[in-house]
Amino acid sequence: MSAQRTLAATARYLGRGECEALARRVLGFSAADETRVTVNSGNTGNTRFAVNQISTGGDSYNATVGVRVVVGRKVASAATNRLDDESLRRTVETAIHIAKLTPDDAELLPELGPQQYQESRAWFDSTASLDPADRAAAVRSISDPARAAGLTSTGFLEIGAGSQCIANSRGLFAWARQSQLSFTTTVRTPDGTGSGWAGADEHDWTRVDPAALGARAIGKARRSMNPVAVEPGRYTVILEATAVANLVQGLSRAMSARNADEGRSFFSRQGGGNKVGMKVVDERVTLVSDPFDPACPGDAFDGDGLPARKTTWIENGVMKNLAYDRWWAQKQGREPSSTAGTLRMLGGDASMDDLIASTERGILVTRFWYIRPVDQRTILSTGLTRDGTFLIENGKVTRPIKNFRYNESPVFMLNNLEAMGRPVRVSATESGGPGTAIIVPPIKVRDFSFTSLSDAV
Amino acid sequence: MIDRREFLRRGGVSAAALAVMSARPGQLHAGPVPEAASLARFQEGASKELLMVALDATKGAGASYADARIGRYRQNFVVTREQQIINVVDTDTLGCGVRVLVDGCWGFAGTRLLTRDAIVGAAREATAIAKANRIARDRPVELAAAPAVPNGVWKGAFKTDPLEVPLEQKVDLLLKANAEALKVKGVRFVNSVLFFVKQDRLFANTDGTLTDQVFVRSWPMFTATAVAPDFSDFQSRQGVEAAPMGRGWEYVLDCDLVGNARRWGEEAAQKLTARPVEVGKYDLVLDPSNLWLTIHESIGHPTELDRALGYEANYAGTSFVAPPQSKLGSFRYGPEIMNIQGDRSQEGALSTIGWDDDGVVPDDFMIIKNGVVNDYQTTREQAPWLKWWYDRQGVPTRSHGCAYADNWGSVSFQRMPNVSLLPGAREQGFDDLIAATDRGIAIIGDGSFSIDQQRYNAQFGGQVYYEIKGGKIAGMLKDVAYQIRTPDFWNSMDMIGGKRSYRLNGSFFDGKGQPGQSNAVSHGCVPSRFRNVSVINTGRKG
Repeated sequence: MSAQRTLAATARYLGRGECEALARRVLGFSAADETRVTVNSGNTGNTRFAVNQISTGGDSYNATVGVRVVVGRKVASAATNRLDDESLRRTVETAIHIAKLTPDDAELLPELGPQQYQESRAWFDSTASLDPADRAAAVRSISDPARAAGLTSTGFLEIGAGSQCIANSRGLFAWARQSQLSFTTTVRTPDGTGSGWAGADEHDWTRVDPAALGARAIGKARRSMNPVAVEPGRYTVILEATAVANLVQGLSRAMSARNADEGRSFFSRQGGGNKVGMKVVDERVTLVSDPFDPACPGDAFDGDGLPARKTTWIENGVMKNLAYDRWWAQKQGREPSSTAGTLRMLGGDASMDDLIASTERGILVTRFWYIRPVDQRTILSTGLTRDGTFLIENGKVTRPIKNFRYNESPVFMLNNLEAMGRPVRVSATESGGPGTAIIVPPIKVRDFSFTSLSDAV
Repeated sequence: MIDRREFLRRGGVSAAALAVMSARPGQLHAGPVPEAASLARFQEGASKELLMVALDATKGAGASYADARIGRYRQNFVVTREQQIINVVDTDTLGCGVRVLVDGCWGFAGTRLLTRDAIVGAAREATAIAKANRIARDRPVELAAAPAVPNGVWKGAFKTDPLEVPLEQKVDLLLKANAEALKVKGVRFVNSVLFFVKQDRLFANTDGTLTDQVFVRSWPMFTATAVAPDFSDFQSRQGVEAAPMGRGWEYVLDCDLVGNARRWGEEAAQKLTARPVEVGKYDLVLDPSNLWLTIHESIGHPTELDRALGYEANYAGTSFVAPPQSKLGSFRYGPEIMNIQGDRSQEGALSTIGWDDDGVVPDDFMIIKNGVVNDYQTTREQAPWLKWWYDRQGVPTRSHGCAYADNWGSVSFQRMPNVSLLPGAREQGFDDLIAATDRGIAIIGDGSFSIDQQRYNAQFGGQVYYEIKGGKIAGMLKDVAYQIRTPDFWNSMDMIGGKRSYRLNGSFFDGKGQPGQSNAVSHGCVPSRFRNVSVINTGRKG
């Protein structure tokens, strides 16, 4: 898609050397007992389209310096996007001023000393160099065929490319760069009875095929026209990978070790403690975060400057790890987690056709929408199917059906697992912008709970 | 879309940190506390001169209309748990956004540098983007007329600027409230936050309008969590009656967090032993602290005109209140007693403002009149799309003043005004509605919420639920959520409270657009009764 071009023309961020010099300046201004400097810089660009036309778009660049200071046992933060000495000095002084007014932090830990980091795998020139003209061309490879087919396409392409740096008064220095993009589209039929969605979230633009995204959404829009109502209830469902990611993300967000140990989490063990070591889902389920997975890379370090490392959350259905911040890890005698927020669920080797062919009666779901937690005790959430929901009968997709509201928990869902397909990377944010790098399989699940019908298309 | 839970879910701390560290201009990036000199320059003549520089630069470049905004956007968070501070964060950002119309196409650019050169540069960039967009535009933008306001000055309804209140007072208030809740047996955790926003806004456009506005928003947040001794259950009560408001520190004190914290804690503990609700159909008596969110989701969003016409299809969705030709004046949303007003004028409400980001004085308008759809939320660009309707009504085609941009670096678009259910003629309140109900559930506070992309099917929880039997409260329930189909639900409303029972609640983080922007909006309403509503039990075990 994008021609070879010089990076300097489009990618704007502070390099390692620039960040080092900047951090040194800030640390030099601080008389606090401990000081941490974070530098985030980079550019973002977006192109939005509606009714088959580009509606808005823009590019912007910013650089932000954050300062966290410790005075005695008091902590505070301040930040600026002005990088001259005077502004930086004032930002440090502001943080120290606020810190002195703040009560002691009972959970204060010393800053980390120097650390060793692996090289981040999250940077791709193909994404960083994508300019507005490239984005417009990508949009047209969806909007042109949609218009030609008499359909209405809307969508959003957003890219970001930049660097992150952390340095502190104990000599820690970390720097990495990252690029990411998301491209989503919703195609609707003119009579308003059909709607199809497709999306991609990647670090590397060359992995995205805009025309294929458009074709998927167009196909879904056409096939979903004139849906019929099916009674709500418990169904065998085949969830496309996006729908799986929509729900599995809720599971990973609930993995705070502290909440579990405090008795306010699904992962709390009755009588005290947490569920590490217990079987919580079907034994075929394994969930890991690997920041150096080339297909779904993450940051090389976390917000404290701790090197990111691979973590297995669930292995063969057994809870292996919960997420520990530094304070809780020390208190419990555990290693702190530093996982950079990526997620991979291992899958099987069934094709989508296999999953459908093996289903006597079931429902095929493209994605879920407006997902909100309902009961933290079970991680139960509610939300709705959207943009392509179909009935499966005797091993075949037979007709489009009206959307459902579900009330379901990823824990129940992964205990009712029937089969898994091949994992793929998906876009699974509500906003349609870049989100957690996540790879999951499509799955087949029994007894999935749909509680009411929706007339929405 | 309400993003408030996203903030709460992240415990405030990381959300605040993210906001501070965000590398995206136009979102929540921060700057240092400006010195007196730069503040004076912002407030006094020099910034107004810069606005004129921006407008002149766009005229020279061929714009038929332009506006420029210089804004300073500040936030302050104080986050605590139990008897300790989790975080204190200040953010501050200042910059200028220029928007132009060239041959009926929009262009926009922003700059954080308030110099002549930078602002002329932004004006030229905005004009160039507008010209580039011409190839992909079928229908040229036309703006509804708006009278010029040559020197408008407006200040929000705050007495004490919360950013001027010493940190010690904020910390003291939260820790005292936390301590009260922790006195309750079974309450083991408390999280509380004070969240303040201040916006200073200068606006000028080529119609001759120049306005200078300032407002603050304040939001105290409080959650008490009780845990069963054997870890078999936990329950939380959020103090949502302390609603976010467009008021200052005096409002935070009026909320009496310390006085209410004990009760919120007691209710969290009480929920541990409350009876699980039986699935079925019930008459619901909804307190304003619950009903506001149902109004927001099932009336506020579907009557946004851009959404009804497909412009938000890839994110928030479209609307069942569409197309306007088949709904205005004919679609029955609810009963005769249902009157829904849009406004940006209620004192202390979150969306209240003197002039919107089109330079328009917002008017009060009836979205639903005697139960029938009467109007949509509009901007200057959108109002002409409904000219046929306004002509038929014999009223001028004018914007309702709903343009809003959440930052100097964000382009303005249609955002929700305050959308409120007006009181009924009869003076009655929550207790009167309960007394008139034979079998039902009374719900206080907003809880879980979710609605589909056309705003038909929604599900709402609450904070506390009481069974009503024979006109009396018969104990607390838990695990309650009600599921609705919007028109059926509103048509089942048969009793509403009177003037004295009218309350404002609202959302601090209402999301819309791609990239997302955050709006704040209040919803006034009275306690209301709804017949035969479907209730589910959310406390599944497997």
